[in-house]
Amino acid sequence: MTLRRLGIYSAVVVISAWVALPLVLITLAAFSPREILYAWPRRIWPERFTLDTMLFFVRSAGVLQSVVNSLIVAVLTIVLAFLISAPTGYALARYRFRGRDAVQLAILATKMFPATVLSIPLAVAFIRWGLYDRLIGVAIVHATLSIPFVTVIVSSVFVGISYELEEAAMTLGSSRLQAFLRVTIPMALPGLAAAAIFTFVLSWNEVFAATILTLNNRTLPALIINSVVAAGAPLHYRFAGGFFMVLPALIIILLIRRYLLTLWGVTVR
Amino acid sequence: MVVADAELPQVAPRGRVDWTPYLLVLPTLAFLGVFFVYPMAQAIWLSLTDQQSGALSLTNFRRMGGDLYFIPAIRYSILIMAIAVPLQVALGLVIALLVNSRFRGHSAFLYLTAIPIGISDLAAGLIWLSIFTERGYLNAFLDAAGLAAQPITFLTYEHTSWLIGAIVVTEVWRATAIVMLILLSGLQLIAKDYHDTASIFGAGRWQTLRHVTLPLLRPSLQTALIIRTILAFQLFATVVALAGRQIPVLAGEAYFWYSLYRSPNVASAYAALILVLSAAITFGYLRLLRQRELEMTA
Amino acid sequence: MAEITLQHLRKTYGKVVAIKDLSLDIKDGEFLVLLGPSGCGKTTTLRALAGLEMLDRGRVIIGGHDVTALPPGKRGIAMVFQSYAVFPHMRVYDNIVFGLRMRGVSPGEQRKRAEEGAELLQIASLFDRYPAQLSGGQRQRVAVARAIVMQPDVLLMDEPLSNLDALLRLHMRAELKRIHREVRSTTVYVTHDQVEALSLGDRIAVMLEGEIVQCDTPARIYNAPANRFVGSFIGSPPMNFLSGTLRTVDGRLTIERDGARIPLPPARKVTAAPADGTVLVGIRPEHIEVTAAPAPEALPGRVVVLEPIGAQQLLTVRVGDDIVKVSTPPEFQADAGQQIWLRFNPDRIRLMDAQTGAAILS
Ligand SMILES: Nc1ncnc2c1ncn2[C@@H]1O[C@H](COP(=O)(O)OP(=O)(O)O)[C@@H](O)[C@H]1O
Ligand SMILES: [Mg+2]
Repeated sequence: MTLRRLGIYSAVVVISAWVALPLVLITLAAFSPREILYAWPRRIWPERFTLDTMLFFVRSAGVLQSVVNSLIVAVLTIVLAFLISAPTGYALARYRFRGRDAVQLAILATKMFPATVLSIPLAVAFIRWGLYDRLIGVAIVHATLSIPFVTVIVSSVFVGISYELEEAAMTLGSSRLQAFLRVTIPMALPGLAAAAIFTFVLSWNEVFAATILTLNNRTLPALIINSVVAAGAPLHYRFAGGFFMVLPALIIILLIRRYLLTLWGVTVR
Repeated sequence: MVVADAELPQVAPRGRVDWTPYLLVLPTLAFLGVFFVYPMAQAIWLSLTDQQSGALSLTNFRRMGGDLYFIPAIRYSILIMAIAVPLQVALGLVIALLVNSRFRGHSAFLYLTAIPIGISDLAAGLIWLSIFTERGYLNAFLDAAGLAAQPITFLTYEHTSWLIGAIVVTEVWRATAIVMLILLSGLQLIAKDYHDTASIFGAGRWQTLRHVTLPLLRPSLQTALIIRTILAFQLFATVVALAGRQIPVLAGEAYFWYSLYRSPNVASAYAALILVLSAAITFGYLRLLRQRELEMTA
Repeated sequence: MAEITLQHLRKTYGKVVAIKDLSLDIKDGEFLVLLGPSGCGKTTTLRALAGLEMLDRGRVIIGGHDVTALPPGKRGIAMVFQSYAVFPHMRVYDNIVFGLRMRGVSPGEQRKRAEEGAELLQIASLFDRYPAQLSGGQRQRVAVARAIVMQPDVLLMDEPLSNLDALLRLHMRAELKRIHREVRSTTVYVTHDQVEALSLGDRIAVMLEGEIVQCDTPARIYNAPANRFVGSFIGSPPMNFLSGTLRTVDGRLTIERDGARIPLPPARKVTAAPADGTVLVGIRPEHIEVTAAPAPEALPGRVVVLEPIGAQQLLTVRVGDDIVKVSTPPEFQADAGQQIWLRFNPDRIRLMDAQTGAAILS
């Protein structure tokens, strides 16, 4: 019994280190003075921490604007994704109807064929539709990618809220809409917030579509990859950029931890 | 396929033919039609038309196939997938089983190991770049341990196997979390009764795992395999961050043809190829697994 | 004034017929219990009455108004759900006044009525709690209070006691009776528990497969079941049923079986003649007397088992191919296999048609 415990805990320690160590190291790199990143022998622990590297990154041409762009795209994505998928999530949770399985399948399929296949033909179409190099165009693609996730979270949220509560409200004099707004929505808010946060992460992180669909109005990942590929950005810029992009992920996992399993809890029969 | 959600409540609104649910799913279906089905069709169409004349032709595929990077791109994409996916599934399974054993602190462990799902492929590439680069942390550790007097250059075309190794490590680090979450949610659907029954019949832990848990977990394992394999063809930013174009991959080539050579048609040919490969692999997996099932039940 | 009339209600779910063709009149202030086995359509009937179900056919009339097309909130009803459906994100007080707020009742009046309701249910001290901080019994009181502060014409309850433990259930049963006496709303109460039904109802409507098979006072339901199903559903142990032959001997109706002849009192008449003289004799366990010596009107049987059940004993007897349950006093003694004779109280015998199971004796 104790041998088994020992086994479990050593595995846990090793795996935790494997996940955590790179995160610690990129943090160190982002706050180390620039010189030591290029020096040999290479110090692991800098003798002093500095904001210079991060400041250099943030002040580099286009970075601030691209962060703003990323935020705008993420917010637009959340709005679009909710307008489009929240009603479907609600329908899947509250109604049995013919074609329900087909709808679920169609939504799941989007999880299977993401950005790469969509972006290039869409870029061609967007040029025609006047959406190319515009943030709304990127948001549209990100919304498409987030549909399966938002749908399953929203539907699991509503499945968890008994419809009888709405019915009770109706017997007490509410209209259908009032019952939904006053009873179901307040209870659904934390779950819906988790869906919104996940959508934010998805959009914030997405590289391929953002790169293909923009030229001047880059999002942060698009800007970074472009400066790596085309301009050969220096190492400290890359490390600071990497750290900057990871930052939201850490906070966000904490916020949505209850829904982690819902996001990917999908089974192929 | 089914979303593993709870049983529908019996109290769902009742009525004759109620059109409300159809109205509610309409926006999603319309949106998916315009921004998902249409671009897929468009990708195939673009890849089959000549960029100049607009006539139907196979020029794009000829240009793609004749390109220096094409064969390596296919080779490396498949190679990286073939190494990384089994590792992700194995490690993901270990983590999921550990979490499911509900040791003290298992939730903290779960959240920690889930962090990479919030990290983009680009950021992951940059993180591991800080480790594998010439003056990076790996060399620093080796130096501190007295194993390398001079920094070793890991990320160079002279050692493609090292480059591939770095990419695989990064991919395993980043994407195991997804596999783990799929498997864990599968594990939690398996009723505890099965395990109790197995232990009543005297099965040990390993026997229970092999003969009870893993077979019951098969649907989730399948899903994890399919999703990871397909996503492996999307591999792009990690590779660019670590290896530039020294290790060409399919999605990367699509990007370079689009951005560098300004040829959406050849890029579309790559997109179509990825689409076909993804579909073929899903189909293949399902066929293979179904066949097994038949043999087993026969 | 809120008498209820249900006219020819029908409700189907695809091929499942939940309510067949249900008509029922409920008097103002009456406590009516819908009783029946699980799946017989009680909840569906109640929900149709509340306006939560669209009917395929039929009309619902409350207090003289046809409310068939009205939404639940406009029918003058209030409902207590089986799950209680107490809003988890609102404090007890806000739960209780929810309906009053929806009605636009003034805050002062809200407070007054909430306090009255809370006093009736003894939950005034819980006003500031959230439902998660309440026990099941307290949650249920909140659900009842929320319904009665509406001063509804009609109060609907769907198995409100089924989620409580046995002791609390007994207690709440008495409470509900008291509350009904005070508020006097017409009450429709759904349950599958016959004891609850007998103790609460002014009248009981027994349902089977989407139909009402008998609607009557508890005493009549118990003593004069309209058919075999009602007799075997009510009472524990339920009514015994044995086959026998009905004859007229010396001008009196007489039941014959296993050589015994049970003459019926002259006042009792057959309402419909059985096809071939074969009938089902229905008799409750407490209306059978056990004797050690044979008598012409006593049926011979053998003891199977004798079980003490508190104030009484339950004797299981084999009579021919039938099993008969008898209630005996606590001092009664018998051994397994022992030969005994059973004497049925002729005033208490019910006769049912052997084919249809319908009662045929006045
Ligand atoms: N939403 C529904 N969909 C399909 N069948 C239903 C639904 N609700 C009830 N039923 C069926 O209608 C019948 C009556 O149900 P119900 O009124 O809930 O019974 P009771 O409350 O008496 O147990 C049952 O056969 C049940 O299966
Ligand atoms: Mg019911």
